[in-house]
Amino acid sequence: MTDDDLVFRALADPTRRHLLDRLFERDGRTLTELESEVEMTRFGVMKHLRLLEEAGLVVTRREGRQKLHYLNPVPIRLIHDRWIDKYTERQVSALANLKSELEETA
Amino acid sequence: MTTMTAQTTQVYSVFIRATPEQVWDAITKPEFTTRYFHGTRIESTFEPGAPYLSLAGDGDETLVDGEVLESDPPRMLKHTWRALYDPETASEPFSRVTWEIEPQEGGVTKLTVVHDQLEAAPKTAESVAGGWSHVLSGLKTLLETGEPLQG
Repeated sequence: MTDDDLVFRALADPTRRHLLDRLFERDGRTLTELESEVEMTRFGVMKHLRLLEEAGLVVTRREGRQKLHYLNPVPIRLIHDRWIDKYTERQVSALANLKSELEETA
Repeated sequence: MTTMTAQTTQVYSVFIRATPEQVWDAITKPEFTTRYFHGTRIESTFEPGAPYLSLAGDGDETLVDGEVLESDPPRMLKHTWRALYDPETASEPFSRVTWEIEPQEGGVTKLTVVHDQLEAAPKTAESVAGGWSHVLSGLKTLLETGEPLQG
């Protein structure tokens, strides 16, 4: 499976999208915290988190004895740059936009 | 748009078909950063204690300043970060950025950016939240294709 396939597969499930939304609100959460957000066994949540991690949408980091889950938005950005921009904003260079925005506010 | 409290520890990760040395160069050389990092020029010796400056591509204006905390080429770079491009973020205390570069199998390198110590810098946290994804996407595209990201 390509990187894009893994991301689309991970996003093609309401529970996994729900978990991403919860992490979007506040990330750096433990498995136990995330488990309390869904009606599912610990094992089920672990399985979903593993698929999200394989797709790179969730990154885990050790903080002392805890394993914290962070939302990593970069794969979605890559999908955006690869697919969405191409069909909706083909004439616009996103970099150029951001540059002029920054220079205006600077 | 959903309301969002900007996170005080932000983690961004991307896999790049490039060597750790190439990724390190892309982070530390201005001829690369101008092509993916909002057009900015990086300026630093990357030695601990040295200033870390990000300058406007077409001028000497400093957009981000900081200090190099740790440097282990081509594996890790840690520096402080204060965004000067906005008066609100400029008045906030320094936060911290860590670049972790890890070789993977098959000629792929994993780059992780951790932007933390943002507890006292909510405007900065909000400001960089969308920016890092864009920067890392642009960096990956530049290293893999030799071309900057196009819309």
